[in-house]
Amino acid sequence: MNHFTGARPVAAPAPAVDSVAATAAVATPAAAPATPAAAPARARARRKRLTPARIGVYAFLIGAALFFLLPLYVMIAASFKPMEEIRAGGVFALPHAVTFEPWRQAWSGVCTGAACDGLRTGFWNSVAIAVPSTVLTILLGAVNGYALSFWRPRYANVLFGVLMAGAFVPVQVMIYPLVRVLALAGIFGSLPAIVVVHLVFGMPVMTLLFRNYYCNVPQELFQAARIDGGGFWRIFFYVMLPMSLPIVVVAAIMQVTGVWNDYILGLTFAGREHLPMTAQLNNVVTTTTGTRAYNVDMAATILTALVPLTLYFVSGRWFVRGIAAGAVKG
Amino acid sequence: MALVAIVGYLGAALWTLRISLTSSRTFPSGHFIGLAQYQRLFDNERWLLSLHNLAVYGLLFVAASLVLGCLLAVFIDQQVMGEGLLRTIFLYPYAMSFIATGVVWQWLLTPGDGIEAALRALGWNVHFDWIVSQDMAIHCVVIATVWQAAGLVMALVLAGLRGIDPEIWKAARLDGIPAWRVYLQIVLPMLWPTIATVLLLLATAVAKLFDAVVAMTQGGPGIASEVPAKFIMDHLFLRSNVGLASAGAVVLLLPVLALLAPYAYARAYAQRHREAA
Repeated sequence: MNHFTGARPVAAPAPAVDSVAATAAVATPAAAPATPAAAPARARARRKRLTPARIGVYAFLIGAALFFLLPLYVMIAASFKPMEEIRAGGVFALPHAVTFEPWRQAWSGVCTGAACDGLRTGFWNSVAIAVPSTVLTILLGAVNGYALSFWRPRYANVLFGVLMAGAFVPVQVMIYPLVRVLALAGIFGSLPAIVVVHLVFGMPVMTLLFRNYYCNVPQELFQAARIDGGGFWRIFFYVMLPMSLPIVVVAAIMQVTGVWNDYILGLTFAGREHLPMTAQLNNVVTTTTGTRAYNVDMAATILTALVPLTLYFVSGRWFVRGIAAGAVKG
Repeated sequence: MALVAIVGYLGAALWTLRISLTSSRTFPSGHFIGLAQYQRLFDNERWLLSLHNLAVYGLLFVAASLVLGCLLAVFIDQQVMGEGLLRTIFLYPYAMSFIATGVVWQWLLTPGDGIEAALRALGWNVHFDWIVSQDMAIHCVVIATVWQAAGLVMALVLAGLRGIDPEIWKAARLDGIPAWRVYLQIVLPMLWPTIATVLLLLATAVAKLFDAVVAMTQGGPGIASEVPAKFIMDHLFLRSNVGLASAGAVVLLLPVLALLAPYAYARAYAQRHREAA
């Protein structure tokens, strides 16, 4: 099954079919007359009368929505409060005297360990890590996926199996050898080191993603290109890559989000000069002495989460498709 | 190319295995001491506690995420208004890092500052100090990570639900079977592949648990919320005990492989079946 079946906006009103399963399921028009209460939703008329069961459904969903929104609200509210209001307590209170000072502090003033020039260095570090990590990993994943699905090297299945295991293995198992190898290469604790590490850990999932995508490309297309005299790279660049745009978008969303949210690898491999934003955020929160400036902490947290959250809200269904595909669907 | 990567993966894992059989401390040594590191590991109270914590955490986290995620999916599947909006709300935490998630929840759960203080200000005399309590700190990590991951379960299960043949619903309704029974006895078994994938994802997330603990409790109070991944990292980089840490890493790998092997086998089997048909 193809993972990609056309984009739809996140807030599509009550769609009948989820796109991930779009090819498998077909929407059924509400044809049969509805029996009360117990009958399943899909077969019933669109708008329902408000029965107790309906009220229960909404009560649960609204309650759950509050639970999921609560921390976001608290973060945003706190980030606009002056310290006096924070000290006065009431995490749920709206800010009275709205101030942008916490945001300024978080961006350019707060101590992230030894230095006190805010999270902005971490932000640019994260950008410098995420961009090459994403581009290179996707390219490599695409080439791997292409090779595995069209050229079928010997032991392709074994290779594939190990890659799949690689996607799930805890990083601790490989961290020490990686440190040694990178130290030997003389790049440990630098930008190239962290990019290489993200490449190593991102490649399995990316390969899986592209392999699954290319499996749905007709083999005849590849054969035709072969007969026309295309070589490995020619076919890749002129035939496969141009038709991979949808999966490239999904892969890019996954990879950027993953790399941006990474903490353990950045902490270990990036070195003090290139700590990603997540590591700096953790430093901000844990190194404070005295009263914790929760308003600055929260502004810093929002700043750190801003890139993946924006990606999520803007890309919507593509993000969902990415994680669904990342869930190793065959 | 792929070969290089795989040699890298297997090689790195084998390298770690090798180190775990030596007496390496700050620097790896070639001095083989057999399984002595493993013996030391399982004599180490901190390691045993971290395993215990992981077991408690894993059970609660997987169960809670699965139940909450499935409930959300089923309820959202009732043709409710604002479905898109609700889905967006339930899933957004998944876009946030464990560090950011941990920081927020750490504040919310801090007794004098967070939810407890707010409720007390309202006149409710509640006492909620899990995060500073020896026995309960790990439960706070469960709360924060379930908040983060439940939306993912919802998204995957919802996709599974939407893939089910609508004829089944019609047939069930004709037979007069109540909806909850259809979900429990017919739909849930049909969703088994989806559930298996979700379980695998959640289980590997359990083994990887590190960031959230660092951000929320730093393993504390004391070492009460220590987890294996953190134990390994500490012994690798702070305590210069590479041999012991490697042994820990190998032990951590075992349950993941144990989960992965049957899953991979089932998939391979299903694929062969499909190709044969």
